[in-house]
Amino acid sequence: MKFLRKIKPLTWVLLVLWALVVLFPFYWMVLTSVKDYGAYNAEYVPSFFTLSPTLENYVQVFTEVDLGRYLLNTLIFTVITTGLMVFVTILAAFAFARMQFRGKNLLFTAFLALMMIPSELVVITNFQTITEWNMRNTFLGLILPSVTSVFYIYLLRETFAQVPDSLYYAAKVDGTSDWRYLWKVMVPICRPTVVTITILKVIECWNLYIWPSLITDDPKYFLVSNGIQEIRESGFGRANIPAMMAAVVVISIPLIVLFLIYRRQIMSGVARGGTKG
Amino acid sequence: MEIVLDHLTKKFPGRGKNKQEVTAVNDFTFTIPDGKLAALLGPSGCGKSTTLNMICGLLKPTSGEIFFGDKNVTGLPPEQRGVGMVFQNYALYPHMSVEQNIRFPLENFRGKDKLSKEEMKNRVLEAARLVHIEELLDRKPSELSGGQQQRVAIARALVKLPKVLLLDEPLSNLDARLRLATREEIRRIQQETGITTVFVTHDQDEAMSISDLIVVMKEGVLQQVDSPQKVYDDPANQFVAQFLGTPPINMFSGEVRDGKLWINSEPVLNVAGDQNAVIGHVNVGIRPEGFILLENGALGNEMVRPEITGRDVSVIFRNKAAKSDVVRSIISADDWNHITGGEVRFDLKPSKVFLFDPATGSRIRVTLEPLTSTHLEAPAQPVPAKQEQAPSAPEPVPSRDKAPVFGRTLTTFTVLTEDGEAEAVLETDAVDTYIGTGEV
Repeated sequence: MKFLRKIKPLTWVLLVLWALVVLFPFYWMVLTSVKDYGAYNAEYVPSFFTLSPTLENYVQVFTEVDLGRYLLNTLIFTVITTGLMVFVTILAAFAFARMQFRGKNLLFTAFLALMMIPSELVVITNFQTITEWNMRNTFLGLILPSVTSVFYIYLLRETFAQVPDSLYYAAKVDGTSDWRYLWKVMVPICRPTVVTITILKVIECWNLYIWPSLITDDPKYFLVSNGIQEIRESGFGRANIPAMMAAVVVISIPLIVLFLIYRRQIMSGVARGGTKG
Repeated sequence: MEIVLDHLTKKFPGRGKNKQEVTAVNDFTFTIPDGKLAALLGPSGCGKSTTLNMICGLLKPTSGEIFFGDKNVTGLPPEQRGVGMVFQNYALYPHMSVEQNIRFPLENFRGKDKLSKEEMKNRVLEAARLVHIEELLDRKPSELSGGQQQRVAIARALVKLPKVLLLDEPLSNLDARLRLATREEIRRIQQETGITTVFVTHDQDEAMSISDLIVVMKEGVLQQVDSPQKVYDDPANQFVAQFLGTPPINMFSGEVRDGKLWINSEPVLNVAGDQNAVIGHVNVGIRPEGFILLENGALGNEMVRPEITGRDVSVIFRNKAAKSDVVRSIISADDWNHITGGEVRFDLKPSKVFLFDPATGSRIRVTLEPLTSTHLEAPAQPVPAKQEQAPSAPEPVPSRDKAPVFGRTLTTFTVLTEDGEAEAVLETDAVDTYIGTGEV
């Protein structure tokens, strides 16, 4: 006990130190975003605080590049992609978990095998396909490659498979169609997993960089990630780091708000996913 | 709605190396009359649940047909059969409240059957009232006890007014006390609604106490379909005799020769009529209540110990011809003469003794009579008369509308009042029933 009592303050100190390490980049991001462009470039040794904070960078990101439009684009892209992805995933997971059809296991194995291929490799083929279909600089071209996710189908299938068979039989005897059973029973029971998948996909969409920068060169279809790149290049020959940081802060805020709203469900979803091994 | 199974067979494909088809249900043909409660009874793996799943449509039979009334429902999916089903683990939807659970089947009605919100609400309340759970409607299944969950499951099965109600081991998840109360509840609900009900159980007490009709099964083969009393009093074969009754029937090896039944080289009963057909070795089954304690009784045994339970006494004894180590007989406490060791002798009640073929286990039907040497006086006559009557009982299924069969009602009643002592009470009642006919 004595040993434990001694160790407790130490634990606290270590936790605080670790929190500082984790939070420092965020502090650095916010700090840099309120530094003046000139002042920032004049610092040979970066200072850990600023006495003359300015919001000029924030104004700049909305005036010099069209960040508002990019945010809107990203919002549209994220909502549609996530919506389609969740829909497709639920249907696929239900089919693999509950329906009986020829070659089900073979098909599922093939799906899982796809997970082993690095996504960077697939980008090249996707690029060729989308270009050949003349879908460059369209929302469809942006969205299409992201609507299936083998991993999420796998994750949801495992959750669906844990719902007892007797519920399905009970629903059948009660006169329920497969469709209604899926949406009225299966999905509500597996809600934590569905929510987790949705949120993870939203984050993934919001942070997507390689694909949008490959498939779009028209600013009308730029996402926020392209926007950051554009802002970075707006600094008179040098990287405009403060403006870029301001853009990053603006872009991060929606995700942070989303996390704060759904943090309980994300936590339970993660905990649930964790027990599955 | 009458349920007719016509040569129903279900085979499952074999698995693994030694691929062999498994016949879960083999050529079942029987009828469950309208408005009756039938129990599918048998040990684990005898095809009870398979049969039930075929009746409700979750499984397709390999061959044979199922009729509800005149309608052939063999090809219909479960949702079109109009059956209500209660699953072994109740299968309540965990994310819905009790009310939503019960309403769920109603929401599936389409077209002309579609109900308004108001009608649904009334139907749900009606079903909830029937199973006494009106005050639980807002709770989630996880907040209910096992017995309450089970009632919700029954309400959900009843709410769409099914023509047939199916229950798959509905009591197996309940504790002993709740089980007794709930099975009476099921009986009450079944009688109030008059819905033809089939329930699966491996517990013979359950089957005996509440059903109108018992279907005894073993390894996918139908053994006997009869009323509980008849299945007990007149078993079709050795399996049925051994499966029903607690404590179980006592088996002896015996012999029929010279017009008598011999056990352990002692004549115990006369065999009347054409006994030539059965001369030779037989298996003899004697119900525990079939022994009459008599100083000069026909069957001599070595006393092991008495077990006194108050109303009656179990006399445990050994006999060389018995197939089990010890034999248990049950006699009324009034007849108990406080022997604790040495030799104990019994006469046998002919109606409690059954003969079976040692090779096939099938019943050998002969008329047994008491030995005249021990029963010098004439009044012993009613016994053989009863024995002759039993196999040809005119009404195997007691009708719900008429007064219930005397012996069975008594059984149910005592089981309920003296909780915890279900087994002993049942046996005693069997003796009572017997005594009621004026033997002793």
